[in-house]
Amino acid sequence: MAGEHPARDDLKKVARARLARGPKDWVGGVRTRYVATPSSTEEVAEVLRVAAQHDLAVVTRGAGTTLDWGAPPTRADLLLDTAAMAGVVDHAAGDLVVVVRAGTPVGELQDTVAAAGQRLALDVPDADATVGGTLAVSPSGPRRLLYGTARDLLIGVTFVRADGVVAKAGGRVVKNVAGYDFGKLLTGSFGTLGVITEATFRLHPLPAARRVVTVSCADATTAGRAALAVLGSQVAPTAVELDQAGDGRVQVAGLIEGVAAGVADRTRTVLDLLGRGAGDGDALPDGYGRLPFEAGGTGLKVTTALTGVGPVLAACNRLAGEHGVTITARGSAAGVLHAGLAADAEPEAVAAVVQALRAATAPLAGTVTVLTAPHAVRDLVDLWGPVPGLELMRRLKDEMDPDHRLSPGRFVGGI
Amino acid sequence: MTTGTITRLAEQLRAELGDDAVITDRTRLRTYECDGLAQYKVTPAVVVLPRTTAQVADVVRACIAAHVPYVARGSGTGLSGGALPHADGVLVVLSQMRAVVDVDPADQRAVVQPGVINLQVTRSAAADGYYYAPDPSSQQICSIGGNVAENSGGAHCLKYGFTTNHVTGLEVVVPDGSVVRLGGRAPDPPGYDLIGAFVGSEGTLGITTEVTVRLTRAPETVRTLLAAFPSTDEAGGAVSAIIGAGVVPAAIEMMDALAIEAAEAAVHCGYPDGAGAVLIVELDGPRAEVEAHFTEVERHCDEHGAFEIRIARDEAERALFWKGRKSAFAAVGRISPDYIVQDGVIPRTALPEVLRRIAALSDGSGVRVANVFHAGDGNLHPLVLFDDAVAGQTEEAEQVSASILDLCIEHGGSITGEHGVGIDKARYMPRMYTEDDLDTMQMLRCAFDPHGLANPGKVFPTPRLCGEVPGRHKGPHPLQQAGLAEVF
Ligand SMILES: Cc1cc2nc3c(=O)[nH]c(=O)nc-3n(C[C@H](O)[C@H](O)[C@H](O)COP(=O)(O)OP(=O)(O)OC[C@H]3O[C@@H](n4cnc5c(N)ncnc54)[C@H](O)[C@@H]3O)c2cc1C
Repeated sequence: MAGEHPARDDLKKVARARLARGPKDWVGGVRTRYVATPSSTEEVAEVLRVAAQHDLAVVTRGAGTTLDWGAPPTRADLLLDTAAMAGVVDHAAGDLVVVVRAGTPVGELQDTVAAAGQRLALDVPDADATVGGTLAVSPSGPRRLLYGTARDLLIGVTFVRADGVVAKAGGRVVKNVAGYDFGKLLTGSFGTLGVITEATFRLHPLPAARRVVTVSCADATTAGRAALAVLGSQVAPTAVELDQAGDGRVQVAGLIEGVAAGVADRTRTVLDLLGRGAGDGDALPDGYGRLPFEAGGTGLKVTTALTGVGPVLAACNRLAGEHGVTITARGSAAGVLHAGLAADAEPEAVAAVVQALRAATAPLAGTVTVLTAPHAVRDLVDLWGPVPGLELMRRLKDEMDPDHRLSPGRFVGGI
Repeated sequence: MTTGTITRLAEQLRAELGDDAVITDRTRLRTYECDGLAQYKVTPAVVVLPRTTAQVADVVRACIAAHVPYVARGSGTGLSGGALPHADGVLVVLSQMRAVVDVDPADQRAVVQPGVINLQVTRSAAADGYYYAPDPSSQQICSIGGNVAENSGGAHCLKYGFTTNHVTGLEVVVPDGSVVRLGGRAPDPPGYDLIGAFVGSEGTLGITTEVTVRLTRAPETVRTLLAAFPSTDEAGGAVSAIIGAGVVPAAIEMMDALAIEAAEAAVHCGYPDGAGAVLIVELDGPRAEVEAHFTEVERHCDEHGAFEIRIARDEAERALFWKGRKSAFAAVGRISPDYIVQDGVIPRTALPEVLRRIAALSDGSGVRVANVFHAGDGNLHPLVLFDDAVAGQTEEAEQVSASILDLCIEHGGSITGEHGVGIDKARYMPRMYTEDDLDTMQMLRCAFDPHGLANPGKVFPTPRLCGEVPGRHKGPHPLQQAGLAEVF
């Protein structure tokens, strides 16, 4: 009824808006009151201005595939849904550049550019994930070894500040050092600095051929060494992945992409490097590039120096035994692994594993982040661990969003 | 600013850093009056040469206490006046901090102090088969700290990325005097990507005192060709065709007739006679990949009208191809008493069009423009020639140079691809960004440097007084209080 919800009425004046309809409109179990679905950058700006007037905390949702990552917001009055801001704005194929609206599913973006023989060299755990959500959370997959992550591929961004001001940074050329690189700050910021509405990426040509070389190693130490041997060679693999099974065996998979003749040649080299038992094929192994945890379970991101990849996997295996849990772990030889624990694992055991893994990765220069976990686990662990530079991050947040209205509490140190 | 303040500050710094690390003698100070962009000159009040992170932090804290601005300087090769000193400020020269702290090929990382020269990183890793990929033409003299501040690029960044893609850790003396260590050997530190924000911030967010960089495995093969074309149109067409075919060369560099003439005069590189443009194309990587793509590159050059293609038979010939390109800036000094090195970016496909427009600008004004550039990523370096001794020529050259930047913006490009904004281009920032864009960027600056003492006057045309947000005023701004607001 009009009049009963002045905030909703004001939202409706500027964009499609409605009352929240229950748990599927909530964020991390936190109840929201309104849902707005703006269809343009300008409408997002209007919505944020209305939110400011009514002091509404705002959480942005793309496809919702990683909405449970990070801490639940301390306040979430308005869910800002980017679904109505979808579509590729411009694919400049000759420049290997694409401009895309934030609500576009990454899979759709890939299909569009693939028609011109190109790709965004970024792996997302779920092709339904939107461009905006992917930037906000910055997941990464196998190809990060060669191409880096979202931060390395983003060349321009348009976003709306908490006060409703539209800003952009970067541009649509791959090389550009004019001004601060805000794209990098927004990437991985969990929506706490602004609402991303449009992004420009550099693209890469689709390779003509690919081959996958795999070997199954008896343990993590052997696998870690095998991966390092490939990294230290001159075959320039696109990816080197490690995947640890429950019995402690680790499969190492090298992805070779390029021209047919080159791929054949390089595949032989990798077969030699991986030694006895190595084989090659066209198909990617099961679970390749997929996160090793399921909805409701605990998902960890573990980073390390390159030489720590084997030791981290070994630590996962050892800790699983010590704490009576199953830990599935896989990831990139580039030093970023993911580990999963089942939803029904004892929360105390999971917390102990996180703590022990932090102790094990610290000497390897690494960190352990709890991406997602059941509530009982969240109550027992610090999701992020120690964060150097936190004071500066807080100051940045205070400058950009002094009233802490954008995704409050979801990020490091309660930002 | 009173001379008393500076004198007291210099005394304090002498006590903390030692006599030999503090310069106040006018003649010696003059050594530091400009960076690579010599048209701007300011003699700093004090120069300090710290040897440790703790000393850098001491200097910054002393400056904050005295409300004195400070500017970091590496090797002083910057081309946008980023290291231009402040007349009433301290110039912090990092050249004494030049230790290679650690080289670790297994982890593919090197840890270096900011004064380490770019090429030295590669040299210290070469025996193990690794190198540091970003390769500015100034790599024999520029410092890693300067590279980080400018997010420097180089010919091979087309394939391998810029400084920002190769830095995984930083130690920074923040403008509040504290020291933070961000990232390290592992990728993806948690929290905001402060490393990403710091790289390219031109000394306005603090002073880097240690850098962890990625080392890249040396490629199995490198092949280089030099192709001569009748004009830049054909050469530009070849570039588009190569990239369009899905080839990612390590480098594609173009020089036009005037640039070739200058290079010949200076280093006798022996490029083909009568070329209106030359391309240097380099491919690297696994042998079979390189061979396949190399054939393709040759074919595209051929089909786009190359009248001569030379393939480097050995390292000596490859070096000769590059010699002409790498010496081009300085070489222009042979054919013109003065010149401006411009740095702008356009989408690669706009190359032929923009080059024609630059030619028209040149014809219309009578100002000669030599073009040297990283064609693969559309980064132009037009060299605008003039003679300062002839009345009016300097102004005309500056006019043409500015119009070239407008062309870049008009085509959706950037006012700088690698040399930075510095003091020189701050006034062009509003042509590329809105007031809101710039205001937003300065929020980051306020978070790091609320007093505005770190390299003031650079990058942004007008400073944002931090804490300006309505309702958050807490008395007069420290800058105003110190009487510094007008100075910047
Ligand atoms: C002949 C020639 C060729 C060049 N070619 C290229 C090229 O191909 N690509 C390219 O990108 N650039 C090129 N440049 C520009 C220049 O070499 C680079 O910008 C380089 O990174 C500057 O390094 P520097 O040590 O000389 O820095 P400086 O000139 O001393 O300083 C540059 C900026 O960095 C800041 N700074 C320096 N050290 C620190 C520190 N430790 N912490 C914080 N801020 C700091 C300064 O305040 C200043 O703003 C060229 C220059 C010349 C003269």
